[in-house]
Amino acid sequence: MDGYLAKDDAWHVAGRAFGSRLIVGTGKYKDLPTTAAAIEASGAEMVTVAVRRVNLSDPKAPMLQDYVSPSRYTYLPNTAGCFTADDAVRTLRLAREAGGWNLVKLEVLGPPPTLYPDMPATFEAAAALIKDGFEVMVYCADDPIAAKRLEDMGCVAIMPLGAPIGSGLGVQNPLMIQMIIENAKVPVLVDAGVGTATDAAFAMELGCDAVLVNSAIAHADDPVLMARAMKAGVEAGRLAFRAGRMPRRAAANPSSPTTGLIR
Amino acid sequence: MGTDNGGMDVIAAALRLTVNGEDREFAGPLSVLALVEQLGLDTRKVAVELNREIVPRSTYAQVALREGDALEIVHFIGGG
Repeated sequence: MDGYLAKDDAWHVAGRAFGSRLIVGTGKYKDLPTTAAAIEASGAEMVTVAVRRVNLSDPKAPMLQDYVSPSRYTYLPNTAGCFTADDAVRTLRLAREAGGWNLVKLEVLGPPPTLYPDMPATFEAAAALIKDGFEVMVYCADDPIAAKRLEDMGCVAIMPLGAPIGSGLGVQNPLMIQMIIENAKVPVLVDAGVGTATDAAFAMELGCDAVLVNSAIAHADDPVLMARAMKAGVEAGRLAFRAGRMPRRAAANPSSPTTGLIR
Repeated sequence: MGTDNGGMDVIAAALRLTVNGEDREFAGPLSVLALVEQLGLDTRKVAVELNREIVPRSTYAQVALREGDALEIVHFIGGG
């Protein structure tokens, strides 16, 4: 912290304050020690996790919790792999019991190759989860009408995709992301699509509250270095957003005075 | 403990359960706590669903398993 990134610039969700505006996924790493090192380097305070059956044939295998402590990081359990509202509710009830925490990430995806958010199924699952007492951060299409509807239903954060999951293509539709941000009273996060640090910075410059990154870190040649780069990118983008960028102009305008030149 | 079993005869009957989709046999009677421990799992790191209902961790010792019960035992893994 250098004073410009003070705690007073925290963002809030479900009554909790977070200083870091980078949320990182814990999937796709080559091993748990690399996962732990990359998350440490990212400075993230919240991490997404999946819920799966334990491997009964190897009960003593190392677990994520042994490397990424739930007492240090806020676990955000996701519904990855759930294709119906019923599956999502069942999965997150188990997550709530395992983690003792009701903040969750809802994602209901359509089939490959798009894995695009299935919005009718997402609405149905969001309604069921909210009814069941969950605080729902919801992955969704970059659709301002859908985003508003999710907010009105009671979702605590709206998380439109920047580009398809795992594509690393960056924010493909900044206009719609900006419209969602302008219309929302709850935090808006870009989730999915970030490929490198400039993409994260760009998303933050649009005015997002935070960015969620997994593949771009896990699939970098050096995940730990990329995690640190993402931290810097998110901070740069946030500071630039707060600073307010100069107007774009079509013509050049010299940076040095044009008077007082020697003759 | 011991012979105090509420007046019922304790018979170490085979108890067939479906755990994470696998049909397995255990020696009964068996509580959720005893099952989780027999499987070598740390109760603090898992969550258990019995016949599609959550079993609160605080009740593992009290919940007795019955023939044919289906359980899901899950934990957190890496995910995006």
